[in-house]
Amino acid sequence: MNSTSPQPAARPALPELFLRDLRAAFPESAVLTRHEDLIPYGFDGTAALRQLPGAVVFPRDAAGVAAVLRLARTHRVPVVSRGSGTGLSGGSIPVPGCVVLCLGDMNRILELDTKNLTLLAEPGVITQRIYDTADAAGLFYPPDPGSMKISTIGGNVSENAGGLRGLKYGVTRNYVMGLEVVLADGSTVWLGNKCVKDVAGYNLRDLFIGSEGTLGVITKVLLRLLPKPAARQTLLATYASMDAAAETVSAIIAAKIIPCTLEFLDQRTLRCVEAFAKVGLPTEAEALLLIETDGHPAAVADEAERIEQICRAQSALAVRRAASADEATRLATARRSAFSALARLRPTTILEDATVPRSELAKMIRFINETAARHQVEVATFGHFGDGNLHPTFLTDERNQAEMHRVEAAMKEIFDYALSLGGTLTGEHGVGLAKKAFLPRQLGDPTLELLRAIKRTLDPEGLLNPGKIFD
Amino acid sequence: MSSANHSTQSDASGNLLRSLDYSVLQQCMHCGMCLPTCPTYVETGRERHSPRGRIALMRAIADGELEVNANFGEEMYYCLGCLACTTACPAGVDYPNLFETARAEIERKGVLDSRKRRSVRWFALRLVFTRPRLLRALGRLLWLWQASGLQSLSRRTGLTRLLPGQLADLEPQTPRIQRHFSDTLIAPVERPTGPTRHRVAVLTGCVQDLAFSDVNRATVEVLLANGCEVVTPRAQACCGSLHAHNGDTTTARELARRQIDAIDPDSVDAIISNAGGCGSHLRHYDHLLAGDPAYAARAVTWSRKLRDIHEWLAEIGFRRPTAPAHAAAPEPQRVTYHESCHLCHGQKVSRQPREILRALPGVELRECAEATWCCGSAGIYNITQPETAAWLQTRKVGHVQATGASIVATANPGCHLQLENGLKRATPAGAAVPSVVHPIVLLAQAYAAEARATGRAST
Repeated sequence: MNSTSPQPAARPALPELFLRDLRAAFPESAVLTRHEDLIPYGFDGTAALRQLPGAVVFPRDAAGVAAVLRLARTHRVPVVSRGSGTGLSGGSIPVPGCVVLCLGDMNRILELDTKNLTLLAEPGVITQRIYDTADAAGLFYPPDPGSMKISTIGGNVSENAGGLRGLKYGVTRNYVMGLEVVLADGSTVWLGNKCVKDVAGYNLRDLFIGSEGTLGVITKVLLRLLPKPAARQTLLATYASMDAAAETVSAIIAAKIIPCTLEFLDQRTLRCVEAFAKVGLPTEAEALLLIETDGHPAAVADEAERIEQICRAQSALAVRRAASADEATRLATARRSAFSALARLRPTTILEDATVPRSELAKMIRFINETAARHQVEVATFGHFGDGNLHPTFLTDERNQAEMHRVEAAMKEIFDYALSLGGTLTGEHGVGLAKKAFLPRQLGDPTLELLRAIKRTLDPEGLLNPGKIFD
Repeated sequence: MSSANHSTQSDASGNLLRSLDYSVLQQCMHCGMCLPTCPTYVETGRERHSPRGRIALMRAIADGELEVNANFGEEMYYCLGCLACTTACPAGVDYPNLFETARAEIERKGVLDSRKRRSVRWFALRLVFTRPRLLRALGRLLWLWQASGLQSLSRRTGLTRLLPGQLADLEPQTPRIQRHFSDTLIAPVERPTGPTRHRVAVLTGCVQDLAFSDVNRATVEVLLANGCEVVTPRAQACCGSLHAHNGDTTTARELARRQIDAIDPDSVDAIISNAGGCGSHLRHYDHLLAGDPAYAARAVTWSRKLRDIHEWLAEIGFRRPTAPAHAAAPEPQRVTYHESCHLCHGQKVSRQPREILRALPGVELRECAEATWCCGSAGIYNITQPETAAWLQTRKVGHVQATGASIVATANPGCHLQLENGLKRATPAGAAVPSVVHPIVLLAQAYAAEARATGRAST
């Protein structure tokens, strides 16, 4: 949590010549420089981080992106690329004196190839639209980050976003077959293709996935699609203790069942989500598991039955099955609102995504609660139990400095403990600014130096989203 | 534990955004869940025209980083005030409060001031919509103009084209004024023929009364049919929503006090509104009059008893009609439902109107896409922002046409007119224009048909 500043953000001016060239290259509506226009680009979905940009530009194609990068290089102006600004680690927060390169106007789906099961999209396409387009053709795009109704596919690739289906289907990375990327010098490269197998040269495509805009700007994404599962079944199980819920997860995995979704909500989260979504969640329970199995109807029926038995054996208070596909969708949508719904309790919600091997879940949960109590801070925990990806969320007020310091101290301990269990700082949100200070501890010097060497090679002037992930 | 209740720095200049409780601004955690539901963001793709963008501007003003200027003023009047963001917001941001405070501050500072704007605002907000008798007299004149054939004559002869630009565009949108207003159609107190189960007051509205007094009569009919004794005070004033949404909080408070004077909330079980936009504002009299010791307590009771007509009927378990309104129709009538923003987003009444429509014999309810999207009427938005309003109207009409419905049900006078005008324009010559009807009118028709059928059966 460096630069947790609600203070007025400084506004270093951009070089006049840069602005002149930018205005000459783009239509008036594509370049924003007025104070009122810039303020709403000074933040993303991350709490307590703000920085005003010098300008915002909206290119319409890769040539436009290349033009911005060339101008930025000429005038030595940093470039921060951005989609819908829903990131949760500050990856798209402007740096002082930068131009924000917003890809929202590049929002066309270029091709749906039902013979090869691929979809080619521009980076500004909304994730939900990709899901819907695939769905309408009987296909399936599994990654479903909480913000999928507004997040862009370019942002998902840049942060390697996860979602509720990570356990069985993996994350965004597992669905990217190819990328068009504009490099810092304005040149354009294609990485990957529609071939299922391809070992020609280094796998540079994967280098750009999750690189948070620090290595280049993604201008096209080729996605892999799956056949749509024929059946789904959603179950809700409630518990009197978090431990019992955690034990259930271990038991399901040990029984060699991989559900599509295995989500956990603690009571605080549960109550906030219910207050917003009113989907009939049992708010008296200490913990809740939202479980979905999908696939062949016979397999789904069998898995649902076995999951239900395991839940009961692990002393679930109640197990309920969603009555319809509609109800299942409503429950998943409600779960996706968890982070924002927690803002009902306190003004500032700081969301973490420490992730541990699944066998260590119960330990991690206990530690989070003990640590919060010790530092006298409020924490609500929810997350993707099935893949070990937790979202302990601190409920605080950025204007209360003493409390913010306690939050930082608790957070550091939680990160350290997650690492000691063989975990990671971030399962799916990225490092950005919010977790940058903790990264050296996880990676160690030799790895960090390798990251720096790659950054220097691809961005020698250090103009692409500088200061993010590492210094 | 919480330090969230402190106000922003006390502000000597009286800046309303700065004196607002800061936690209201802070409630927005800028997650972006509102963005895809905001029409102006979807239209432009620019954050400034989004709910979280607008809140960021308000917060910048409260923090002293931004002055209230004309750009901010224009932005806040570009917002439709449709409140779709409040339905989407998991964090429960009180956007109506922020929106009204921002507009009030804009008016206080006068950053959008011009002589023309001042005179239009004075004429509408301070003169016509505060004097119910003057409004009705103007309505009567308009009716004469329409009923005498002068309107259609001047349309045919092209006389209306001589009107200055914007007025000429608006002229076709003038509502058709009813021959009789509510006070002629509804007695001050009406009692059901059967046993009385509830006692309610009906709000007749202002525009609703001139253009849709038939909806008011239908409201009374269905209430009587469901065992409600109905009290309808004479010559009711405007509820003040127009004023609150346009930054004139002082007049809005005055009008709220007058409503409470006209209807003692303690004397009835419920106060019934049948117009989405009015109801949304009427529900918040408690908030509006919280600082007025003489009215605060009654305003709380008022807000507690305020019900939308559909909501009330669902709550008391309305009687399902047994006969179709048009018995002769061989096939079911296809009806689609457009949700008034302030009914579904402002009042969260969404299920109940559909329950009523589904209960109508001989009616098939066909959902239309984006039913909860604004139609572009948005109070006086179609006058102040004609381009965006027209874009929304076209979008809405397209979705309605796609359902193949012959009737669009909607429960707000602004939406009613906007849809009627849009459908008229979009329907090819010779084809039947879908009609726009309030759901309660359909229910009243079904009850009437049922009464006729029973009458026939018993003779």
